[in-house]
Amino acid sequence: MGQIQLNQVSKSFGSIEVIPPLDLAIEDGEFVVFVGPSGCGKSTLLRLIAGLEDVTEGRVMIDGKDATEIAPAKRGLAMVFQSYALYPHMSVRKNIAFPLRMAGLDKAEQDKCVAQAAEVLNLTDYLDRRPGQLSGGQRQRVAIGRAIVREPAAFLFDEPLSNLDAALRVGMRLEISELHKRLKTTMIYVTHDQVEAMTMADKIVVLQAGVIEQVGSPLELYQRPRNTFVAGFIGSPKMNLIQGAEADKHGAATIGIRPEHIDINENEGLWRGTVGVSEHLGSDTFFHIQCNASHEPLTVRATGEMALEYGADVHVTPRTEHLHKFDARGLRMQ
Amino acid sequence: MARAVTTRQKTINSLVAWMVGLLIFFPILWIIIMSFKAEGDAIKAPLEVLNAPWTLENYGVVQERSDYSRHFVNSVILAFGSTLLGLLVAVPAAWAMAFVPSKRTKDILLWMLSTKMLPAVGVLYPIYLLFIQLGLLDSRAGLVVVLMLINLPIIVWMLYTYFKEIPGEILEAARMDGATLHEEILYVLTPMAIPGMASTVLLNVILAWNEAFWTLNLTAAKAAPLTAFIASYSSPEGLFYAKLSAASTMAIAPILIMGWFSQKQLVRGLTFGAVK
Repeated sequence: MGQIQLNQVSKSFGSIEVIPPLDLAIEDGEFVVFVGPSGCGKSTLLRLIAGLEDVTEGRVMIDGKDATEIAPAKRGLAMVFQSYALYPHMSVRKNIAFPLRMAGLDKAEQDKCVAQAAEVLNLTDYLDRRPGQLSGGQRQRVAIGRAIVREPAAFLFDEPLSNLDAALRVGMRLEISELHKRLKTTMIYVTHDQVEAMTMADKIVVLQAGVIEQVGSPLELYQRPRNTFVAGFIGSPKMNLIQGAEADKHGAATIGIRPEHIDINENEGLWRGTVGVSEHLGSDTFFHIQCNASHEPLTVRATGEMALEYGADVHVTPRTEHLHKFDARGLRMQ
Repeated sequence: MARAVTTRQKTINSLVAWMVGLLIFFPILWIIIMSFKAEGDAIKAPLEVLNAPWTLENYGVVQERSDYSRHFVNSVILAFGSTLLGLLVAVPAAWAMAFVPSKRTKDILLWMLSTKMLPAVGVLYPIYLLFIQLGLLDSRAGLVVVLMLINLPIIVWMLYTYFKEIPGEILEAARMDGATLHEEILYVLTPMAIPGMASTVLLNVILAWNEAFWTLNLTAAKAAPLTAFIASYSSPEGLFYAKLSAASTMAIAPILIMGWFSQKQLVRGLTFGAVK
């Protein structure tokens, strides 16, 4: 079991309210990602669920029980920290066994659980090493191992991959997703990286300034962003947002179009533009095109083979069926 | 060529460093040399002092005239006693300031340090009167408390700096892992803070060992440590340089040896946080 519900939960530090009252329901076995720019309150929200911060108002319910006043260790949750937070003076074995030792399990039982976790995480050969003798990825696995042995109702991850290099990050991302498929335990994962959010989540919670902007599946958020913030935040490269005369034509304050929903043609098209910087990724090419419809250059996705000279004149045409329309408050129009 | 210049530069740097080191160490070296010379030879011109015959006579006389071991025991009790008592008070204080800081934490730390800027003699009179009233004059217990109090700001500062370096997330991880406050302190924090505590203890033992103002003013015979032992040789009957040197050498030898063996730990403790 691992159903978590936040009822009108808010958090203030002194007179500053970092999280206005919010409601959120996380179902058992779900992989939920909190995503948002730094300082949006996503880590604070996670810490409120963990019990490492006290809520100012509202209730935190875990499996239907009010856990608001319950100590972190008694909530049945396990947390993996950004800095791994391993105990530097203990071996990997002792690190992983620590929660079991605190729970008063006997030595044989501890050894059994540690061996199992080490097997799952490929740590068997490193059990007698200290954290200082491990690489970043291995340390992260130890931190996960320490969480697994507790058999928690839910795992809480606080930006666990941000200290790893790009290649390792992709690998660990897969490992964590794999782990979720295998354990089927609720996971709440905090990140500022929307690629991580898109690739891992069953459900994404987009936060800004402590406010939940939208909750939904990755594709829901991508295809039907509720407002301009979500539209700009989800997707890489981000959605082109255009205001002014072109938006007015569609009866909206802002229109949005994803880079892959714009066609480039050298001879004809809706808007005229000049090619700026091109980013060749091999599989795709992203052109930044300064065009008369928008103050900002438009980002356009094309095939990897396409090559356009810097400064070349081109025409671009957005596919109208993929146009997103937002009103003056930035909210999606139906 | 570049390499040759570097080597020469290095040699010059080393020479300068050695000279400065010798300059600082010279008074101590001279005291040690004088302690092995006859009383008459010790006050001669420096070159003649070096050429004079070596003797152990002063050590014999000093040992005979005063009770070295009693003073030594007093020094050990005062230095370690005041340091341990200081730790008992400073650990919770530094703990609270490092992990549960308030708006005033910085002010409190500076205020504590500011007490070290007060000339000790400024509070001698009230403390002396207090000692008389409480019957603490010439007692080890009284002196342990005073030495603890004068070194307390340093102990708190050093421990605070160490505790600040321990990442809060590790303590939170322990909390998540089910550790009670007691277990968190016992299994996680203390093992991580041991190097810091060790250098704090070391430095404060040295400071308390060398403390002379309070030990000379508040003791007579019973509680007198090695500082009083040295002072007793600058007597009104005349100066006995050789014997004074022998007494000084005997007084500083234990702490010098201890400092020598633990210098690595000590330097690390003193520069902790500064060079990181």
